[in-house]
Amino acid sequence: MSQSLTTAHNAKRMYRFDLMQRLTAQLRNEEAVIGGIGNTNFDLWSAGHRAQNFYMLGSMGLAVPIALGVALAQPQRKVFALEGDGSLLMQLGCLSTVATLAPKNLAILVFDNGVYQITGGQPTPAAGGADFAAIARGCGLANAVWAADEADFERLVQHCLETDGPHFIGLKLDDQPPVSQTERDPAQIRDRFMRGMGARKSKLPG
Amino acid sequence: MQTEAAARPRAWHEIVLAVLKANDVRLVPYVPDNVLKPLINAVHADPFFTAFATAREEEAIGIVCGAWMAGTRGIVLMQTSGFATLANVLASLPCAFQIPALMMISERGTLGEFNIGQAMVWRTMRPVLEALGMEHHVISRLDECEFICDRTIKQAVMTQQPAALILSPLLTGGKVVAPPKA
Ligand SMILES: Cc1ncc(C[n+]2csc(CCOP(=O)(O)OP(=O)(O)O)c2C)c(N)n1
Repeated sequence: MSQSLTTAHNAKRMYRFDLMQRLTAQLRNEEAVIGGIGNTNFDLWSAGHRAQNFYMLGSMGLAVPIALGVALAQPQRKVFALEGDGSLLMQLGCLSTVATLAPKNLAILVFDNGVYQITGGQPTPAAGGADFAAIARGCGLANAVWAADEADFERLVQHCLETDGPHFIGLKLDDQPPVSQTERDPAQIRDRFMRGMGARKSKLPG
Repeated sequence: MQTEAAARPRAWHEIVLAVLKANDVRLVPYVPDNVLKPLINAVHADPFFTAFATAREEEAIGIVCGAWMAGTRGIVLMQTSGFATLANVLASLPCAFQIPALMMISERGTLGEFNIGQAMVWRTMRPVLEALGMEHHVISRLDECEFICDRTIKQAVMTQQPAALILSPLLTGGKVVAPPKA
């Protein structure tokens, strides 16, 4: 990814739902999108269900590993992992795994609001100033960047779609709440996603 | 006349390797264990498999669940202490979403364990598997190894449920350390 000069400090604070709409509007080739726990997948859902979306439940921190599994299984398909900052902190080791395996088709988007928003807005232990793009670079994801603003985000997403990864984009968020909540029906979500991945055929409608 | 190789019974890890292949289980993320070493070496040596270490067992569960949903079967290799880190992600990912995540657990902490930490955490394994209602089988005999592995994998896939295969020291010999001299 072309090196951006944007730092964690000067990245614009953006609205998660707006970013989700911009992301999904750019997806034209049945790209897989894995939404991490809580508000991240709520706003993915609110942006409009796609057959290739997966909405995670309680396994906090596993959006990137799940996306990595999808990416390894289907190297021809682009896969986006959407993870909250608190969630990524719970599973930072996965960034090293991604860097070592270097799947060309994986992009990691981290939605950094500095807090555990869904549980009441408590500051995360990274409140001291941890820089997730710098952490990702330190793990070996050499091109990890912060998006400067919405236009930069769209450019970076296009870059993920057009070039080999793994990619990492950090996104600073404002404090707006999610728009609505995902329907919590895991077996249905899994079944729909498998159909969206072409991994399951069924005569049952849906 | 039988050759020496043909006469020698297959080791547990050779049986496991053949069963994984026969069931098209290709993806093998793991956090290593000494007893699993020959199996880990074998999956690395065979291009059929994609084998790699993860930082945590939780991460490996996420990876095999994602891979399954995209059409590739996997199994996570770990030891007893690794299993003890997994209750939340097993409950909320493979159990809740009905994904046949497969696990192979090298059983430490029993039948001659030297490390009290392993012995303590061993006590949590069966209660957690039972509380989660997860199918699990202990493999303790070489002559049962193929049948148990093969049928457990097939049932997990057909019923879309996670399952655990526990490698007993009775099968593997476990990790043996000489007791300190009195
Ligand atoms: C292992 C575990 N610990 C705690 C929780 C409770 N929990 C659910 S969501 C969440 C916060 C998620 O924070 P983040 O990823 O930053 O997303 P945000 O809520 O800010 O959108 C917590 C602590 C959980 N689900 N799992």
